[in-house]
Amino acid sequence: MTLGEDLPGMDPEAPVFEAVGFAVNGRRASVVVDPRTPLLYVLRNDLGLKGTRFGCGTGQCGTCTVMVDGRPQTSCDLPVSAVAGRHVTTVEGLANGDRLDPLQQAFIDEGAGQCGYCLSGILVSAAALLESNPQPTDQEVRAALDGHICRCGAHTRIVRAVRRAAEGARA
Amino acid sequence: MTAAGMTAASGDGPGDGPKPGDRLDRWITLEADGSATLHTGKVEIGQGLHIALAQLVADELGLPFERIHVAPVDTDDSPDEGITAGSRSMEETGLGIYRVAAEVRVTLLAAAAVRLGGPAAELVLAGGEVRAADGRTIACTDLAADGLLGRAFTGTAAPRPLAQRRVIGTSVGRPDLLGKVTGGRVYIQDLELPGMLHGRAVRPPGPNATLGAIDDAALRALPGVVAVARDGRFLGVVAEREEQALAALERARRSTGWDAGPDIPSIADPRYLVAAVSAETVARERSDPAALAGAVTRLDAEFTRPFIAHAAIAPSCAVAVLEGGRYTVWAHSQGIFRLRNELAKVLGVPTDAVRVIHAQGPGVYGHNGSDDVALDAALLARAVPGRPVRVQWMRDDEFAWEPFGTAMVVRLSAALDGSGRVVDWQHDGWGHGSGTRPSMAARPGVASLLAARHLAEPLAGAPPQVSGDLRNATPPYDVPNQRIAGHFVRSAPLRTSSLRGLGAHLNVFAVESLMDELAGVAGVDPVEFRLRHLEDERARAVIRAAADLAGWVPGERGDGERGRGMGYARYKDSSAYAAVVVEVEAGTEIRVSRAWAAIDAGMIVSPDGLRNQSEGGIVQAISFTLHEAVRTEGPRVATRGWETYRVLRFSEAPTIEVVLLDQPTQPPLGAGEAFTGPVAAAIGNAIWSALGVRVRDLPLTRERVVAAIG
Repeated sequence: MTLGEDLPGMDPEAPVFEAVGFAVNGRRASVVVDPRTPLLYVLRNDLGLKGTRFGCGTGQCGTCTVMVDGRPQTSCDLPVSAVAGRHVTTVEGLANGDRLDPLQQAFIDEGAGQCGYCLSGILVSAAALLESNPQPTDQEVRAALDGHICRCGAHTRIVRAVRRAAEGARA
Repeated sequence: MTAAGMTAASGDGPGDGPKPGDRLDRWITLEADGSATLHTGKVEIGQGLHIALAQLVADELGLPFERIHVAPVDTDDSPDEGITAGSRSMEETGLGIYRVAAEVRVTLLAAAAVRLGGPAAELVLAGGEVRAADGRTIACTDLAADGLLGRAFTGTAAPRPLAQRRVIGTSVGRPDLLGKVTGGRVYIQDLELPGMLHGRAVRPPGPNATLGAIDDAALRALPGVVAVARDGRFLGVVAEREEQALAALERARRSTGWDAGPDIPSIADPRYLVAAVSAETVARERSDPAALAGAVTRLDAEFTRPFIAHAAIAPSCAVAVLEGGRYTVWAHSQGIFRLRNELAKVLGVPTDAVRVIHAQGPGVYGHNGSDDVALDAALLARAVPGRPVRVQWMRDDEFAWEPFGTAMVVRLSAALDGSGRVVDWQHDGWGHGSGTRPSMAARPGVASLLAARHLAEPLAGAPPQVSGDLRNATPPYDVPNQRIAGHFVRSAPLRTSSLRGLGAHLNVFAVESLMDELAGVAGVDPVEFRLRHLEDERARAVIRAAADLAGWVPGERGDGERGRGMGYARYKDSSAYAAVVVEVEAGTEIRVSRAWAAIDAGMIVSPDGLRNQSEGGIVQAISFTLHEAVRTEGPRVATRGWETYRVLRFSEAPTIEVVLLDQPTQPPLGAGEAFTGPVAAAIGNAIWSALGVRVRDLPLTRERVVAAIG
């Protein structure tokens, strides 16, 4: 969309709502929003997908991580316009219907979490890791999750859960 | 001691939990489907408390764990249990509810004995019914139908004997994890009410800032903005959509007439505390001149800690609505009744015109912004009556405005006699105190809540409580001469309150560091040296267990790169006993690679819950100790994001082993804060073992270690 000269008295920062279409967890979505709106708020407030959680708003804590075309990316600092026509996977998209992803089951089995607020983003990053590296070492799991903050200190359990899921897939 | 003879350990402040005379059904109600509901004012903050409480009730009532529900915590319905803090929930509420459940069981059996005939001793309570020896049954809900559980709690019923426990002491998993791993609507942040608006408070640039003229018409003209609320230097915006509220917030931050005001006095070196005006409190004084006369060697040392932040993973959030003159506020406060009382005070309405409903938030680890944001939400709800307003603090708001754990200084002086016994221990500690939660100071004109001090008619900030700085200042060791003094510095450059462990973080670091140094002077292995000064068998047992788990070798020393050290404490001198050995690797970074821990928290209700709390407490304490410090710059807090306020990352997290020492016939002891101090001390001692240097200023950064090596 191109715009001509602003009308007199028009605020150049004022939003122009646009339709943005993309896929979320295998389903088509279309929203009419200010295209600068971070993807996080569109997921949470327009599409009702509250699993992607706000942590910092500046891409530093990993809490809001989603996959865009299979690659993990923070959604709090990603304008929704950047995902037009692309495939977004959120934590809600990991399970297959009522059947949990082995990764989710491994987190439950290991009791890997306390407050659990960081887990959505961590699960998405871990799923992306296992997609590209089905048998990661302890070091590789830690490296893949290093952009995620867990303040309760469940790190050890989380790393164990990711490796458990990987081992389960091999067995 | 038997379970029947259990008494709650003394906590600080009045005890919570059931009191004799309470109706039994104030705490436990029976449902038509045979399940039971537990009513508590203690909140779930990710620590797994509601799970442990449900386990206690399940065993007494003979129900599976899954059939115990916990009622929502709500000021309109729940018992007022003060705050969920201080590692007191299991000691007071847990033990109390256990005894209420026992009394419900005994009451049901007695009533069933009348209805079914025959002695109560031959009846079995299980699965929501009472069964007689001849197979006849009667449902518990029938027994309770005529108000049976309205009778007063007496505290006289003994819980079932050990052999009959089925659920207590087993790991029932974390039922809450399902929603957390599937992206469910678990947190207050996910609450969505019809017609809900999004609000943001526009915080001043610094604590001393003032607000001049603002162009609120320009803010109101922004897309979606519904209201701009100003009261003194409190400013807030309300918009239809969240990103619209954010745009208004950004505009307001840029365009308003803020004057940042005078600089915050320097906090870079906590020793400013020693020079400040302070008031002395002596926690303990004991004297034995004969023992003192035997002193041959004296060690003096000074330890410091900077201000540190709770730094919850997500900033605080609340939702409020004003309808028919009554405020309803959803909050992730640790004390919803006290929050309600203070909201009423600040809003100038009667207490019953405010209802607070607890909703789970991210872990808080003490008093952070979670109460403050509730006032922001109420103030903005007042501007748009009838419409709910959701307020989410921004990341930098939380870092800059949460009440911090205080900076502290501790000076110790201790003496050994010729036989290697510690005969004198002098402690002087300085700090700004803690405990500024809502309604802790119930004085007129005083409020804890942040925005209250920004209003046109401001309330003064709540005064901190002194006692937190002295937590675990008294050494647990047998020392004949002691003077333990705290110096409370009232005038603080930053707001302070309770953060996991309070003063125990620095105090235990100091006590246990000096014990290691004294052991060195005495020529005794530090583990053995501690045991020689401890009589409490439970204390000795956790120290031995941690040393055994670690494969501690008496007299072991590090190799210039790696080293191990121990730390021990009994939190608050009354909660769980905890000992830990850590291994430090001193390479390009100072890193804790492994930890071996032992904990005695009395009767273990939920083993994996205790293990999880212990592991998390260890990791968080490593983060506090190696990395964390709040910094200021001119008039503002400078550590406003994760890039400036560093916490432990996945790549640095250690391997942890924890051994649990169960005491099935002893009362449960609070465990959530047990490791904060011992871990700090173990790290300092491991650095000494590895490198032969003592660093006594927290955080123990590589720069400081390198400087100490010289």
